Amino acid sequence: MQNIKLIREDFPALSRNINGKPLIYFDNAATTLKPKSVVAAMDDYYLNGAANIHRGVHRLSIEATDKYENVRKICQKFINARSEQEIIFTSGTTLGLNSLALSLAVQKLSHGDEVIVSAMEHHANIVPWQLLRERKGIVLKVLPMNDKGELETQHLEALISPRTKVLSCVMTSNSLGTINPVKHITAVAHAHGLEVIIDAAQAVAHGSIDVQDIDCDYLVFSGHKVYGPTGVGVIYGKEEKLKALPPALGGGDMIFSVTWEKTIFADGPVRFEAGTPPIAEVIGLGAALEYFMALGSENVERYESTLLKRAQAAVKRIGGLRIIGEAKEKVGILSFVIDGVHPHDIGTLLDGAGIAVRTGHHCTQPVMAFFGIPATTRASFSFYNTPEEVDFFVEKLTEIQKFFST
Amino acid sequence: MQQSEEELYKQLILEHNKKPRNFGTLKPCTHLAEGFNPLCGDHFWLYLNCTDDGVIEDVKFTGEGCAISKASSSMMTEFAKGKTLEQALAMGELFHKLVKGELREGEGQEGLGKLKVFAGIWQYPARVKCAVLAWHALRAAINNEKQASTES
Repeated sequence: MQNIKLIREDFPALSRNINGKPLIYFDNAATTLKPKSVVAAMDDYYLNGAANIHRGVHRLSIEATDKYENVRKICQKFINARSEQEIIFTSGTTLGLNSLALSLAVQKLSHGDEVIVSAMEHHANIVPWQLLRERKGIVLKVLPMNDKGELETQHLEALISPRTKVLSCVMTSNSLGTINPVKHITAVAHAHGLEVIIDAAQAVAHGSIDVQDIDCDYLVFSGHKVYGPTGVGVIYGKEEKLKALPPALGGGDMIFSVTWEKTIFADGPVRFEAGTPPIAEVIGLGAALEYFMALGSENVERYESTLLKRAQAAVKRIGGLRIIGEAKEKVGILSFVIDGVHPHDIGTLLDGAGIAVRTGHHCTQPVMAFFGIPATTRASFSFYNTPEEVDFFVEKLTEIQKFFST
Repeated sequence: MQQSEEELYKQLILEHNKKPRNFGTLKPCTHLAEGFNPLCGDHFWLYLNCTDDGVIEDVKFTGEGCAISKASSSMMTEFAKGKTLEQALAMGELFHKLVKGELREGEGQEGLGKLKVFAGIWQYPARVKCAVLAWHALRAAINNEKQASTES
């Protein structure tokens, strides 16, 4: 990684003191901190224009439209899409997955048709399909995982039947850190004619994403998990898929013409962007992705991996600590439980030392049930974290374990 | 540990967490309620056996949760045993005020006894619901509601 000290200066939150201690922010999997450039880009829009897009002939509207549309190109580059026409802006991964579920339900799901998800999905990729199960009578099937937290992809083929239409799978688990072999999973699913959706919410901040290489039909991510603002996300769809897909939402901006008898929809991604979009947030997302790409996703991946290895090796020396999620391929997410110490007590005591971690089920209750635990403590790392922070965290954790065991 | 944390995790709380009183089940029982904190995952079941004239003869709890929720459940059952339902409900009200930092000087402080150990918890807003879960469950059990949630 380049100069961490300089990078840290881009994130003013990192110079805060919490409970009299310098903030150590290890809750990056929940949301990342934002660099100044993201806030500046949004400020610039709000303070110097704030016009609506796509509908004015005046200068401010044209400027806003240019900035907004330029972010499509940045996103295209970020995930290596073929064209910016494949980039749809939405409010985040959750709305992205919900709208894809609704559109696909209209397009190709009938009573008795099957959708496959994995055993390590976030609730955002479970509940929308369960809603379709209630409303349309689809069948939800689950690709199992092993006790290391790796998907048992060898069982995928057997899970697919002639009624299976969609596979929707998480690329990187938010509670286990597992990186799933989505390229392989996509190839198997495609061999049986399935539509493939990839939930990349947790994957985007930890490495490079190449949608052409994965060959998925759709991919979804949120801006706030990749150093951008909340309230914005992206749905990627192959151009030919998007052309045939009915929109889930209707409204202004997504139409070509409207009469009482019939509405003709607009072409391209705006067909899926009903209403005034989160313009400032899209502009902020553009700044975030540019910041991230300037760091180099390989550098980020390599650096975060050293932090993870350092942390994993050190916490293993703590009595009664069990790491949840020991997949071979992992991002910088360390989930664990300690015998006799509840995660919430760990979270409160770490907060007392200025360390922010996440405790709970991480919106993956089926994962917790699989491991037979109610919750974990999760430390998730970013490029702005340091080895010294990791060491201090392990030291505090050791003290906490002793505090509860004496 | 810092002083402020020792303020929260007092010895008495740690001790009740480690060796909870009245831990187990009562079958059959006259009153039963489930206490659930969906955000944290704290999850307990509370069993009461009451006499016809409304005295809590026996009380037990079982389940899983953080040190605060477990110690609070343990100390709640200690308090409730032998009390009337009215006394238990009244103490629940007082305890709520205590953990929210809303109890004024002289307002029933003396009746709280050991429960005063939770007085500092209002400084940890995220943890207040851990402390009150057992008392939510007690109220639910007495009112014959099956479930108490910290989110309703």
